[in-house]
Amino acid sequence: MTNTVHSNGHIAIQANNMHVYYGNFRAVKDITLQFPSHQISALIGPSGCGKSTVLRSFNRMNDLVATARVEGEVLYHNHNIYDAGVDPVEVRRHIGMVFQKPNPFPKSIYENVAWGARVNGFKGNMDDLVESALRQAALWDEVKDKLDQSGYSLSGGQQQRLCIARTIAVKPEIILMDEPTSALDPVATLKIEELIQELKKSYTIIIVTHNMQQAARASDYTAFFNMDEDRAGYLEEYNETNELFTNPKNELTEQYITGRFG
Amino acid sequence: MIVREHFDRDLRHLQDEILRMGSEVEENLVTAVDALRARDLKRSQRVIEADHWINQRQLTLNMEALTLIATQQPTAKDLRLIAAVMNIANELERIHDYAKGIGRISLMMNSDPIPAELMAEFPEMAAKTGSMLHRALDAFINRDEALVRAIPAEDDIVDELFNKALKKMTEAFMHNLTSYEDINRLGWANHNLERSADRVGNICEWVGYMITGKFEEYV
Repeated sequence: MTNTVHSNGHIAIQANNMHVYYGNFRAVKDITLQFPSHQISALIGPSGCGKSTVLRSFNRMNDLVATARVEGEVLYHNHNIYDAGVDPVEVRRHIGMVFQKPNPFPKSIYENVAWGARVNGFKGNMDDLVESALRQAALWDEVKDKLDQSGYSLSGGQQQRLCIARTIAVKPEIILMDEPTSALDPVATLKIEELIQELKKSYTIIIVTHNMQQAARASDYTAFFNMDEDRAGYLEEYNETNELFTNPKNELTEQYITGRFG
Repeated sequence: MIVREHFDRDLRHLQDEILRMGSEVEENLVTAVDALRARDLKRSQRVIEADHWINQRQLTLNMEALTLIATQQPTAKDLRLIAAVMNIANELERIHDYAKGIGRISLMMNSDPIPAELMAEFPEMAAKTGSMLHRALDAFINRDEALVRAIPAEDDIVDELFNKALKKMTEAFMHNLTSYEDINRLGWANHNLERSADRVGNICEWVGYMITGKFEEYV
């Protein structure tokens, strides 16, 4: 199994022999996987293969599920984020997340972006921060004249970019995206994909997508997850996206990406 | 339910069309040489006319392949098959241009008898190239990597025949045994046969890529 990548740069985050349980059910087994800095990595696989569970393990979002338990380690700057004494809120400040459905707060566009920074006690110029985050999220030109309007007044694609602006306003290092375009139309989807390409200059991005073409178009590395006979998700193959989509090593990967799975 | 039944049928169709086009090219290369040697201008003319059909096949195959790329988002083996089909179709079209060229040369030759000696190697060159092409397309259908790796080396035999024929033509020219124009034309026919075998080598490389996912130059 290929689970390391040959990247010249640094590894932003890595899982070592990670298992995730929901009660007695092992949802994900023995994941060892490295994500290079300033690259876009996509997690793909059939429904139920645990790709979202894996993603959520990278910023301790699974802590919010009472029965969830993680074994093994997730190393971020050489520290296991699951070590005792690590504050999950602090983890999530460095490793942000964008969700499937845009979930702006019922507040103004400005406050949506400023919120995270305020919570973190940001002392600088808030107007500059909001503008910079909105510019990075490629939304500034569309909203600069109506910053006081509700976040809900925006279209779905704009709302998702607003959520991306909100995530980057707290200056994370890694952005996790859980099917960020599945609720969007094709044009809004392509805008987000373009945006992700820009964002990788400043952030490391890990994206879960059930859209294989999106992984092929928008990512540098792709990890293909599958399910074993006990329905536990495992990593089947991990490689550079170009290689995985033109010349996969494993037969199961081949079947999945050519649409002949199962 | 078979997953992607229609797509699989379309991919099979592309492969069938390559075989059809390939057998036509193989046959016409041999025919072009036979007709040249026999001074059978009608058969030479038929080879020239067949080129139109081959060009149409090449275009149609490329368009069908592009349509599959646009509509089916092929990946991995499927994508490599489509890439191979497009490139093989283009190589076959070029080989047929060489066959057509020999047909044209046949029509342009002076009516004087051509010394048979100068064309003695041509049938073997055409037969060898035809056989290489035939087996390359067998390897294409059967995904036979060992076979496709072995074929390009046989190009050496065609190269040897090419040099042998060239030497005879040079001597014929120096001793003024036949007209300069005819020797020049036969030189081109010799060149066409030699290049045809090279292009079979290119086909082998694309078949190898299709099978392994790595493009290698075999010669």
